[in-house]
Amino acid sequence: MESKLTFEAYNKALKKNKLLGLSCKDCTAITAPPRMVCSECGGTNLDIVELSGKGTIKTFTLNSVAAEGRECEAPYTIVLVELAEGPWIMGNLMVIDPEVVTMDIIGKKVTMGKLGPKVFPGDKYSAGDSARPLFNLE
Amino acid sequence: MKKVFVVGGAQSPFTIAQQKTQVELFSETAMDAMASSNVKSADIQAIFMGNVLGDFSEGQAMVQAFAAESIGCAGVPANRYEGACASASVAVRDAFMWVASGFYDIVLVGGVERAASLGTPLATRTFAMASDRSYEFPSGLTFPAVFAMLAHLYAKTYDKPLQQVKEEMATVSVQSYKRGLHNEMAQMRKEVTIEQCLSSFMVSTPLQLHDCCPFSDGAAAVILASEDAVKRLTAKPVQIIGVGQASAGPLHSQKKTLPRIYSRELSAKQAYGMAGVGPKDIDVCELHDCFSIASLIAAESLGFFDYGKSGEAWMEGQADIGGKVAINPSGGLKSRGHPIGATGAAQVYEIFRQLRAEVETQRQVPDAKVGMTDTLGGDGGTLVNIIMKRGW
Repeated sequence: MESKLTFEAYNKALKKNKLLGLSCKDCTAITAPPRMVCSECGGTNLDIVELSGKGTIKTFTLNSVAAEGRECEAPYTIVLVELAEGPWIMGNLMVIDPEVVTMDIIGKKVTMGKLGPKVFPGDKYSAGDSARPLFNLE
Repeated sequence: MKKVFVVGGAQSPFTIAQQKTQVELFSETAMDAMASSNVKSADIQAIFMGNVLGDFSEGQAMVQAFAAESIGCAGVPANRYEGACASASVAVRDAFMWVASGFYDIVLVGGVERAASLGTPLATRTFAMASDRSYEFPSGLTFPAVFAMLAHLYAKTYDKPLQQVKEEMATVSVQSYKRGLHNEMAQMRKEVTIEQCLSSFMVSTPLQLHDCCPFSDGAAAVILASEDAVKRLTAKPVQIIGVGQASAGPLHSQKKTLPRIYSRELSAKQAYGMAGVGPKDIDVCELHDCFSIASLIAAESLGFFDYGKSGEAWMEGQADIGGKVAINPSGGLKSRGHPIGATGAAQVYEIFRQLRAEVETQRQVPDAKVGMTDTLGGDGGTLVNIIMKRGW
């Protein structure tokens, strides 16, 4: 059985600032990022759908210590966002001001930025590049 | 199912980067474990070894086979287990099942790692490989960042001021340092104050340096024996009475339960059920304090304290020797150190010694009869619990 939405296809779309997910024809739940089966009911009757890129921040951190090869990215803010469609996804927040990146941003609405995603170009361990959504506070 | 016992064990000093190879570290520790168990190399029927990053740290894969040959066990089956930081506990659980099934009578189980030898940048990169490479690492996720996000979520979920949670986390670290100070095999033997914790380098908000365990080199090993073999080996065996293991997907997929780690709750339920005991019966617990917030989260899911309340319990001494349950009298990952492939075996060895009243007096839990380990791999991807009791 083939994956309905592969990482390759998801990543290719995200690089064009399109966030894709899977819609379950059995239970209507949205699964994102993609999985083999529906994350709610385990069904395999899935359609690829484009998601709004809108959601609310569930949690965050302003990180100062990056992995080898990514030191020049620090400091950066990582957020777990609950999308309007239900799933949680991880991305970066445009804001890195420690006066702003506080507990107060939990629950704040965010939208995927019009500037597009950021792309990790990959390293010798990663088998290629990978994009992540870049969020703006509304 | 046959009864399974721990009959002996050993731990190398857990250290900063050092020059012994993984084969040497594991072999030395395994020989000590065999000597303490009254078994010889020829008695070992199989080897179960946790090792996560040997390929990266020293260019050595298949360390389990070469270690087997090094200790005079050439020819016996030797398996390497990878469950991130829970690797050695996965190895212990599998070894337990093989002995319980009657297939083996005496096996060697443990783990080894040279995480400190990686250096912080490569260690941070390779540890992050236990997160989701497709949908989370691209955002720059590191392990401090995982638990930093859980700390913020913990404060939000239980409606606690972040400053209060930070003081609770610092209290966890201070207790771990206090106990590890007396552990001769611990990596970080020093006293640290709440003020020092709260003024240390900010790694990933809100986690500061003293909220984080170190990168460590080290090895640990124990010998497991069946009820048929145990009588001729020791008069004071420790019985493994319950084991549990569960898995979880990447952090974003755990949305329904975070900051609780659902794999822990599944695993602990299995272990308690098999052992026929509950949280109130546990005298001593070595739990996975890779970060101070991880201790608070773990102690609640293991049933020791109410959700959102474990910080207060630590502050009241309820998680220390003399309290409701003695948590991490070894110093935990924070002070003892965290050579990830070996940690689970070090926890089992610590409980073994606690139940036999063989640790340094300053950190001995008085009259401990039942003990538990809790080992978390990645951000909950692999979770193992093991419950032991005196077997004499």
